[in-house]
Amino acid sequence: MKKKNNPFFTVYACLVYIFLYLPIAVVIAFSFNTSKMNIVFEGFTFDWYLSMWSNTLLMDAFKNTIIVAAISTLLATILGTLCAVGLNRFEFKLKGFISASLYIPIVIPELVFAIAMLILFSSMDITMNMATLIISHVTFSMPFVVITVRSRIAGHDPSIEEAARDLGANEIRTFFRVTLPMIAPGVLSGAMLALTLSLDDVVVSFFTAGVDSQILPLRILSMVKKGISPDVNALSTLMIIGSVLLLVGTTVVQGRLEKQEEA
Amino acid sequence: MNGDKDVIVRLVDVEKEFDGVKVVKKLNLEVRRGEFLTLLGPSGCGKTTTLRMIAGFSDATTGAIELEGKDVANLKPNERDVNTVFQNYALFPHMNVEDNIAFGLVEKKVPKKEIKERVSEMIKLVQLEGLEKRKPAQMSGGQKQRVAIARALINRPKVLLLDEPLGALDLKLRKQMQLELKHLQQKLGITFIYVTHDQEEALTMSDRIAVMNDGVMEQIGTPDEVYNHPRTKFVASFVGESNILESYVEEVRGDLLRISLESGKAVLHAPGFKKEEMIYICVRPENLQLAQAPIEHFSIRGRVIEHIFAGSVIKTVVELVNGQRLRVARHPGEEDLEVGTYVYVFWNPKKAIIVHTVEEQIYNVIEGNLNRMYEEFAEKYSVADKEA
Amino acid sequence: MGKKKRLSLAPLTMIGPTTLWLILFLMVPLALVIGISFLTRNGYGGVTMIPSLEAYKALLSKEYVKVFISSFELSILTTIICLVVGYPFAYVIANSSEKVKPFLVLLLMLPFWINSMIRIYGWNTILRSSGIVNNVLLSLGVIRMPLELLYTDGAVLLGMVYDLLPFTVLPIYTSIEKLDPSLLEAASDLGAGKLHKFVRVILPLTMPGVFAGSIQTFIPSLGLFYIADMMGGAKTMYIGNLIKNQFMSARNWPMGAALAIVLIVITLVLMKLYTRVGSLEDMV
Repeated sequence: MKKKNNPFFTVYACLVYIFLYLPIAVVIAFSFNTSKMNIVFEGFTFDWYLSMWSNTLLMDAFKNTIIVAAISTLLATILGTLCAVGLNRFEFKLKGFISASLYIPIVIPELVFAIAMLILFSSMDITMNMATLIISHVTFSMPFVVITVRSRIAGHDPSIEEAARDLGANEIRTFFRVTLPMIAPGVLSGAMLALTLSLDDVVVSFFTAGVDSQILPLRILSMVKKGISPDVNALSTLMIIGSVLLLVGTTVVQGRLEKQEEA
Repeated sequence: MNGDKDVIVRLVDVEKEFDGVKVVKKLNLEVRRGEFLTLLGPSGCGKTTTLRMIAGFSDATTGAIELEGKDVANLKPNERDVNTVFQNYALFPHMNVEDNIAFGLVEKKVPKKEIKERVSEMIKLVQLEGLEKRKPAQMSGGQKQRVAIARALINRPKVLLLDEPLGALDLKLRKQMQLELKHLQQKLGITFIYVTHDQEEALTMSDRIAVMNDGVMEQIGTPDEVYNHPRTKFVASFVGESNILESYVEEVRGDLLRISLESGKAVLHAPGFKKEEMIYICVRPENLQLAQAPIEHFSIRGRVIEHIFAGSVIKTVVELVNGQRLRVARHPGEEDLEVGTYVYVFWNPKKAIIVHTVEEQIYNVIEGNLNRMYEEFAEKYSVADKEA
Repeated sequence: MGKKKRLSLAPLTMIGPTTLWLILFLMVPLALVIGISFLTRNGYGGVTMIPSLEAYKALLSKEYVKVFISSFELSILTTIICLVVGYPFAYVIANSSEKVKPFLVLLLMLPFWINSMIRIYGWNTILRSSGIVNNVLLSLGVIRMPLELLYTDGAVLLGMVYDLLPFTVLPIYTSIEKLDPSLLEAASDLGAGKLHKFVRVILPLTMPGVFAGSIQTFIPSLGLFYIADMMGGAKTMYIGNLIKNQFMSARNWPMGAALAIVLIVITLVLMKLYTRVGSLEDMV
């Protein structure tokens, strides 16, 4: 299909991209600033990348962010994938109801979900901690995993799994030897989505993080008024680089996995 | 009828219902050990459903399915000693040829060394040498088909089920594979149950054919039986080409019937019929003959409409006075009949087949015995020969 | 197809855990929210089990109505700006060569991978009185005193648009992608000029995407209290901040719950309207 873009439009698109990346660029740029205040760029230095490790408040928050993201992604992916495969294969009475309720976390405003979680834990007299945080993250990312994996499975030939059963594999073996490898790209997509949602979350975490389970965004929020030292920038830059690498990495792996799908 | 043969699969009064619709109706089938049995029929006749019930992917609504005498109702597909070759191959996309073929053996926990041997044996058998490490995505339809067959056969199943495996291949390849499959079956001696809608394929490969229509098995027999002695109108028209004529018995003289059709009169050799019966006759295109002058006892007249060139045979379409069109198979050497010529249609009285409805099959059984009696009678008194 | 009638273990083990999870951590909490909105506040935070409609009645008071109005104004404005900025942007991406397209989409989504707090913090750095914009303008002599860019309604709007733009763009992009090119060719063939083609063919056909995008922008925008805090200095009260306050400082849970219910109702109404035009699957 021949598509050509009006140069005016191309310039426009570039401007929008610049708009999107401006704050990110600023954060990265100032991580190299010799000045403590993020005002003027005075000199280039790597100092902040070294000093940030000794900022315990920051590092704790960072550690928590990573732990929560990793665990919630793992749980959401496992639960979500199993659910997706199950929904795809079986017919049963409550299927419609479950499918529909999976959409609830996607549709309701995050804030509502956040306070619902708050109310739940408070009414059970549980103080907020890592566990409550992780549980909340899993709850809002799991439906995305289910939907992503499900849309991937939808196109699959059911006779391939039948072939596995025919050749002697019981249901569990079929799942691990045949189903899982085949849906791997979808599972990976779903996992990446869950990871993103967890890393990016502010609202839900605000309400479900405890005093000792502060995560990075909340740390930054509390530091804003007082003035943020550039080691926050340094850490943020590292996270940015990490995210980019992860994204690129998974895209490559995805591509490879998908190639073998073309049977 | 088949008591002394070893029965390996038996379906007893098997029925299958989907959403209140009976897809398979009271099916009774006995599959003999070592035979190549084909379930033949149009789409929706229940043949694939039957196959799937034998494999275990579908449960019969009522009735029993036995494998070597044992009821398999409680056995899941992976517990039955039966393997399937699927219509679209169903190869595991993430595994190469070797791993695909070895799948069943790995499940049975066969030692690695043995697996390696058996796999290379299989690969030789289906002529896939050199392709061991290929993935399905990089193979042609024919190659994938062989992998599917090898993957199933390597498990030495008691019965191999094949669900229209050659449907997606081009004509030449299909014909080649038909012969290969037949030879393979004969070599290995494994019972094959084959499903297809292609009657030519069924006639080529099978030891016996079970013709199914709308959930019912209308006839089961050898290719010769099904082709030359179809029991019902459906079987006559589905298997091979046929011309079906409705007629009325005017006179009976021993074994010969003088019949009256809408388009004229004819003679038929068919013992056991009475005057004033309505019967359907089936005459194959290769048994119809044309003449430019009337033949004794035959007065069916028509007009040549067109000639269809079909390679070694020319199918001449003749339109009868009542509008019905017959197809006559003629050879290129025969006399040229221009389109529009008026011709008379006749046939060897012994080459016309009478077909009935299913309800009258019982009659056929009796009739079969009667046939033998009349043949002896005819020989004694040579009445038929004098008349024809 | 493997769909067995007998209740085998498989469906239970696969779907059971998720279902249980959803009930425990989704249904129950939401039910609690609804329940609490009908109870009385307890001075120490939490609720006393006395049913009351106090919370809902209070919602109708002047101050709260003002909050609703400012929130809606902000959200509607955000959505409109996002649509206006986002539609052409989506169009450009959809019209790029097949090679470049995935890369462009990736570029669009990449910021989403970086925590939004970090990105908003970046804007904070840019817009504050000692920030970049002011510094540049001051040194160029365009202004004499630093501009109060941060802690204004405009700043909040900027932050909202910035955060939500990708959500607007994606559904629109998807629906433009799905356009059958032969329809466009037919339009050209029948004499439609570029503008005409757009208004009479492209726009109507991409409406579902536009709706999806609007909803995905509008609904979340109501809850983004931290953007209002960071960019607006909590000067104006929006629904999001209000709800947060009820649970944090004001300790009026029934009120907060009632507000949440209002949000849910608004969401449901909008979703109902949306399903008339599009499908839920397109939103993910």
